[in-house]
Amino acid sequence: MQADVAIVGAGIVGAACARALARAGMSVVIVDRGAPAAATSASGEGNLLVSDKAPGPELDLALLASAHWPRLAAELADELGDSFPAVEYERKGGVVVATTEAGAGPLRDFARGQAEVGVETEDLSVAEALELEPHLNPEITAAVHYPQDAQVQPVIAAEALLASARRSGARILPHREVVGALRDAAGRITGIRTAAEEIHAGAVVVAAGPWSGAVAESLGAELPVHPRRGMVLVTARMHQKVFHKVYDGDYFGATQSADAALQTSSVVESTPGGTVLIGSSRQQIGFDDRLDVAVLAAVARKALRLFPFLETTPVIRAYGGFRPYIPDHLPVIGEDHRHPGLWYATGHEGAGIGLAGVTGELIGALLTGAEPAIDPGPFSPSRPSLAAHLTPTPEGAA
Amino acid sequence: MSSVLVIGAGPAGLAAAVAASDAGARVTLLDSGDGLGGQYWRHLPAQRPSRNEARLHHGWAAFERLRSRIGGDDAIEVVTEAQVWAIETAESVTAQVLVGPADAAGREARALTADAIVLAPGAHDRTLPFPGWHLPGVFSAGAAQALAKGERIAVGRRAVVAGAGPFLLPVAQSLTAAGATVLGVFEAARPPALAKGWLSKPWKLFGTAHKGRELAGYLAHHLVHRVPYRLGRAVVEARGDGRVEEVVIARVDAEWAPVPGTERTLAADAVCVSHGFTPRLELPIAAGCAIGPDRFVRVDPDQRTSVDGVYAAGEITGIGGVDAALVEGRIAGHRAAGGAKSAMDSARRRRAATTDLARRIEAAHGIRPGWTSWLRDDTVVCRCEEVPYARLRSVAEATEQHAMRSVKLTTRAGLGICQARMCGRTVEALIGADTSRGADTSDRRPLAAPIRLGDLAELPTTPKRGSA
Repeated sequence: MQADVAIVGAGIVGAACARALARAGMSVVIVDRGAPAAATSASGEGNLLVSDKAPGPELDLALLASAHWPRLAAELADELGDSFPAVEYERKGGVVVATTEAGAGPLRDFARGQAEVGVETEDLSVAEALELEPHLNPEITAAVHYPQDAQVQPVIAAEALLASARRSGARILPHREVVGALRDAAGRITGIRTAAEEIHAGAVVVAAGPWSGAVAESLGAELPVHPRRGMVLVTARMHQKVFHKVYDGDYFGATQSADAALQTSSVVESTPGGTVLIGSSRQQIGFDDRLDVAVLAAVARKALRLFPFLETTPVIRAYGGFRPYIPDHLPVIGEDHRHPGLWYATGHEGAGIGLAGVTGELIGALLTGAEPAIDPGPFSPSRPSLAAHLTPTPEGAA
Repeated sequence: MSSVLVIGAGPAGLAAAVAASDAGARVTLLDSGDGLGGQYWRHLPAQRPSRNEARLHHGWAAFERLRSRIGGDDAIEVVTEAQVWAIETAESVTAQVLVGPADAAGREARALTADAIVLAPGAHDRTLPFPGWHLPGVFSAGAAQALAKGERIAVGRRAVVAGAGPFLLPVAQSLTAAGATVLGVFEAARPPALAKGWLSKPWKLFGTAHKGRELAGYLAHHLVHRVPYRLGRAVVEARGDGRVEEVVIARVDAEWAPVPGTERTLAADAVCVSHGFTPRLELPIAAGCAIGPDRFVRVDPDQRTSVDGVYAAGEITGIGGVDAALVEGRIAGHRAAGGAKSAMDSARRRRAATTDLARRIEAAHGIRPGWTSWLRDDTVVCRCEEVPYARLRSVAEATEQHAMRSVKLTTRAGLGICQARMCGRTVEALIGADTSRGADTSDRRPLAAPIRLGDLAELPTTPKRGSA
């Protein structure tokens, strides 16, 4: 089999890369070891957040995504028609609160720093916060409104991107595990081998989320991606009582932390289906997916601090997944400087749904030689902050 | 003294508890209901005893023996209204239990573990969708049976019982006893399938003579009450203004596809439908037990699952009815308590005979693929989330998906309050899902029952595993 680009991973990031490349006229093959849109993409909440990101390259990417998603959602709806389910894009806004006196100052400072780089923020009094969220615990100490925070239904979004990619000619091959790389005499990666076939390609893009490290290894390369487990609770349906993405400021600590121990912060929001999603935990325990009810209890406890009315609400489902975590907290988007022909689009941790679209566009631009919408340097596998986490290159290698 | 935790107090769980105690173990017996007996021996509560139970239940004497034996046994702790809502496997296999009335606040939380666990959660009946099945007046046969047995309430005055399997007969009997007129029992299986299931190698049925007597009793009942028992017929539609007023019955072919032109309409105010049983697999899957390609828990001749110290008995190992459940429970309880293998030789032989019965039921009454042709575009497949057949089909086609995980999230089928207990296997059949791995199917539910957020928040929050 022959293609311009072979993509490993049919989650939302691989789907977005495939769509961008196929629409630019390239022939694309996606392989996935399981079913499409069934792993990390099907295990999250669908956050498109700017509020949780400190000024820096990831926030720049998130702001780009925030402007890109409305266009993307409209394009997908146009292209796929009414018979395809809507991606449920909603710019519902976020309300971030502090629940302690000590947390109030840092939350406001954080928001001020974000505002300086172009994030829309609105400092709220407690009364104003209660106007936006009438059922919020009135004991909160500070609140900031982020109108740009948005939500999308992640599995529908991934399926829509895949369907769109297919319409532009991309081929999707589920249940194919990559077992090795094809290389030319100079060592350049020229494709992949699965148990069933060889796929010759001008470029290989690894978009396998938390499994990207293992895929890279099977291709003879190395990428420090680690799984971070997250659990989400789903309540029974109710009349809408939560109107924004509401979370406590501890979330920043959890997302920016390298601590392996359990961390939780409550992120509470309603879905168009009428349920309330309550996330989420972050825990580095490898690919161990065994249930630990203490983790659920910790998530529940924090959610009740925000919305005491939830106390009598039944939780009907709990689901968990693994997020791709990179030690320097930035996604890896670009070509591996040590393995020409091998590209990465992974490591978005909990932000992969929101950042998928712009990641796909960036990969598309870099591979077709178009002008990228954002400086790709900070996301390159060769960036200095990642070097310490890579095995030193042997003397004389590229 | 070893300890055994038994989950489920139906026939299998009761037999397991007694056998484990006999073998010298300390036993904890849990059931989510408010009494012993499970669905099979569901009866009026102790505050309202009835002298009719023996007439209404098969094997009531066996139940009374087990119940009084357990009541007088200090080594068996019985905990009713005990809902196992999760099973953890991080350190040991631990059952997370809430004790108290199902909808009450502040149920007592207990984390139970033991040297061995016997899982006997049973099954619930499976109903295939048909046009109008969401109307009030349509009941799963199991729900109708539970109301008749547990409350002496008939779900209607003129009732139709339909579907497939021997379970239809006791349902018709209970409805009649509760005061309903049963217009007919409509069994989808046709005579050739019944002959294949029930008449091949008839000598093997001697091993399950009790079951034969039970079936004969139901058939006698049908003669006495002049309830017609029609083979090769299915309910293909329920109609009515706001509730069931009439039912359309059609002849079906060997694959269960309705034969055009054979439709017949009956005026009825209740339809009780069952097309077999779905084993309750969420607890065994949560415990890590291997599930076979037939979608039952895999067990060895000692009822051991693939997980050390975890045994399974009753309907989760194969739909074999009460005789199978009793003997499997007995073996499981005895072995879980460390009892000698040889003591169970005759029990194992009896169990082999009941396995044969389960095969017969499947051969005679197992669901055939032609049923999908009685669906219409607007037939609701998932009742909780009101997902019509056409949408399920068109979204699965547009996404080229056969995997439940994606289809569930793109259509919402199976995401509602029943968590796909009602529609999961139907949706899997309609999208052609690969169900060979239990953990990837609609049977997997890490939360085995709803839990209030407040109850969850009361539990300890120190994770079992935390550091890298």
